[in-house]
Amino acid sequence: MIGSVELNLKETELCLGLPGGDTVAPVTGNKRGFSETVDLKLNLNNEPENKEGSTTHDVVTFDSKEKSSCPKDPAKPPSKAQVVGWPPVRSYRKNVMVSCQKSSGGPEAAAFVKVSMDGAPYLRKVDLRMYKSYDELSNALSNMFSSFTMGKHGGEEGMIDFMNERKLMDLVNSWDYVPSYEDKDGDWMLVGDVPWPMFVDTCKRLRLMKGSDAIGLAPRAMEKCKSRA
Amino acid sequence: MTQDRSEMSEDDDDQQSSPLDLPSTAIASSSTPNKSRNCISSSVTLKSQTFPDHVLENVLENVLQFLDSRCDRNAASLVCKSWWRVEALTRSEVFIGNCYALSPARLTQRFKRVRSLVLKGKPRFADFNLMPPDWGANFAPWVSTMAKAYPWLEKVDLKRMFVTDDDLALLADSFPGFKELILVCCEGFGTSGIAIVTNKCRKLKVLDLIESEVTDDEVDWISCFPEDVTCLESLAFDCVEAPINFKALEGLVARSPFLKKLRLNRFVSLVELHRLLLGAPQLTSLGTGSFSHDEEPRSEQEPDYAAAFRACKSVVCLSGFRELMPEYLPAIFPVCANLTSLNFSYANISPDMFKPIILNCHKLQVFWALDSICDEGLQAVAATCKELRELRIFPFDPREDSEGPVSELGLQAISEGCRKLESILYFCQRMTNAAVIAMSENCPELTVFRLCIMGRHRPDHVTGKPMDEGFGAIVKNCKKLTRLAVSGLLTDQAFRYMGEYGKLVRTLSVAFAGDSDMALRHVLEGCPRLQKLEIRDSPFGDVALRSGMHRYYNMRFVWMSACSLSKGCCKDIARVMPNLVVEVIGSDDDDDNRDYVETLYMYRSLDGPRNDAPKFVTIL
Repeated sequence: MIGSVELNLKETELCLGLPGGDTVAPVTGNKRGFSETVDLKLNLNNEPENKEGSTTHDVVTFDSKEKSSCPKDPAKPPSKAQVVGWPPVRSYRKNVMVSCQKSSGGPEAAAFVKVSMDGAPYLRKVDLRMYKSYDELSNALSNMFSSFTMGKHGGEEGMIDFMNERKLMDLVNSWDYVPSYEDKDGDWMLVGDVPWPMFVDTCKRLRLMKGSDAIGLAPRAMEKCKSRA
Repeated sequence: MTQDRSEMSEDDDDQQSSPLDLPSTAIASSSTPNKSRNCISSSVTLKSQTFPDHVLENVLENVLQFLDSRCDRNAASLVCKSWWRVEALTRSEVFIGNCYALSPARLTQRFKRVRSLVLKGKPRFADFNLMPPDWGANFAPWVSTMAKAYPWLEKVDLKRMFVTDDDLALLADSFPGFKELILVCCEGFGTSGIAIVTNKCRKLKVLDLIESEVTDDEVDWISCFPEDVTCLESLAFDCVEAPINFKALEGLVARSPFLKKLRLNRFVSLVELHRLLLGAPQLTSLGTGSFSHDEEPRSEQEPDYAAAFRACKSVVCLSGFRELMPEYLPAIFPVCANLTSLNFSYANISPDMFKPIILNCHKLQVFWALDSICDEGLQAVAATCKELRELRIFPFDPREDSEGPVSELGLQAISEGCRKLESILYFCQRMTNAAVIAMSENCPELTVFRLCIMGRHRPDHVTGKPMDEGFGAIVKNCKKLTRLAVSGLLTDQAFRYMGEYGKLVRTLSVAFAGDSDMALRHVLEGCPRLQKLEIRDSPFGDVALRSGMHRYYNMRFVWMSACSLSKGCCKDIARVMPNLVVEVIGSDDDDDNRDYVETLYMYRSLDGPRNDAPKFVTIL
């Protein structure tokens, strides 16, 4: 099975991209054809536990746990060519899904992030893609944590008015809770600095910090407000 | 309810049809020895006495008019020549499962008073690009023959046929009382053809375009409906990829007091839907269009969508959501409790969005969705939808190596919660025998079991074993099973089970499965009711093909592509079975492997091979 030996080398190659890159010719009726594709497909898709059931015993299975967290790296070869007509989904449906994705802004999975509030006994989770703006998020959070918020701004107008610069300046020292988030680099940032779509993409976790802890963030906020005014 | 199921059905199989489809009744009397031969001789005696004969025929005619089911009619027509004759006179709805099984002339010669025709063309695997386009299944010869023979024709229901604008024009011109046009998975026509139908068919009750390819000729077909009150009861155009004149649609709905079913395309926005709903609260079936809007409406002006849905007290069937903006989904809450049918299969809905909706849908019987609802969503379905009969889960990302959000967990949950399940289509990336066995035990009413494990040759992901035992349990425990589609790693053992237990199976789909010819032999020798067999990419060869020769005249078709068949064997079979049309479909440059058969499509036919075969089709 020459094909699978070649595949082994590729499989042990360290990479960031998704596994694959071997182009599989569409099955056009080569009598040997489908057994070669068996090797390729089994190899790339199986969880490690499947080794014993695999018909290609000499193939090294790729650590598929790696796969799901790897972002698509455009520099790597494209994922393997699909076999004609498989999986058996009608082209009508496939085409509709493509146009549906375009119109509704993409197939991104829901962006769930944990939300913690200092002092609250449990955390919550929100799907950032459910909201279109910081306002909406603010309202949602204040609803979620309404039983815990105290102080002047825990009431009718929601917890914090993110984008209101005057309030930011006035309240930065007297805030009960400051919304902060952990971004992709692991840094804790003040919510509200970046455009909403960028925030959704980079936010990994939300934390509503006690005002007193947020003093370190405040100078940044002041800077920002000054540059805006 | 059954009406709604079939209208939503992507690939409905008539559950009640018998092996004796139209052509076989004629073939049966000529080639296989059976009771009808004996009866014909007795009816000769009867003919000598004309008086009782007349009475008998009159009585028969009156009685047979009440027979609707084509099973029963086929059986009645076999009793004797007299019954055959009367049955032919009284059959008003004809079903033809394969348009090439007979010629249009034979249809009009036998049946004189047909008012409704159901006609199916291409084999199902053509949907998956396994067949080059322009293969055939043209509606043209049928419509031109019927135009002369059946001026009273009222209904035409086509599936996988090639229909041109000219065909539609001829239809509109030839049948003044025309009432129902249903085109499922068809192509070859455009909005200009539809416009002719809407304009000329003044008695039109049903215009259902379902999953068909309709070219945008930039014709405002909605405006072509006549100005006065229409007879429209059902209008489905969700597959039409062309903008429509909304004002005209609104006017049309306003003057269609009998309209019960309306399925909009994605060019109808939420705001427009809202207006339509306010004007048509009597709707029972609604396709919601895009369920989104283009511009950002200011919140003060946003219509109360929930109120519009609340007013639709009769809606029991909901679909659409073609470009869903999920924040508007809660607007459908008011109708959830009444829903018997819900199609979310074009909407990428997450479990969190989905669960609040489904928890209200206690009456749901038919549910289609994308796997984006995840196992979690399926668990919610299982917890709530105790009346569920049909479930279809489609892959949001239909590639072999995509992440699979649904698995054996979802299947197991459904089997435990939805005990009345009759039909399931389930796409997934991982499955276990245990879950499939559980379903076989929990859901005894299953008639349709279609499991697609998207990774080819994939075994049980927990045990590593082939999926033989799972599918074996399905054929063994589900005593009513008529349709089966298998996937995953399967050895000959799975097919041994199918042959041993699948006694009622009529339709079987096999892909990338089996080890040897024995697998196919088990099925051909063991499944007496098998009608439709579609196989791809499996190691079955000439020996297996020959082993089924006793069955092919009793089957609608056999499809085998990318298997191990030789042309020589196919030629032999064609020679021995003159009523079998053996088509070999190959790529254009096929000279390398002259003996190798890339695709075999064979079917019984009363009128010999067709004369419209393209050059890539060789009829042996």
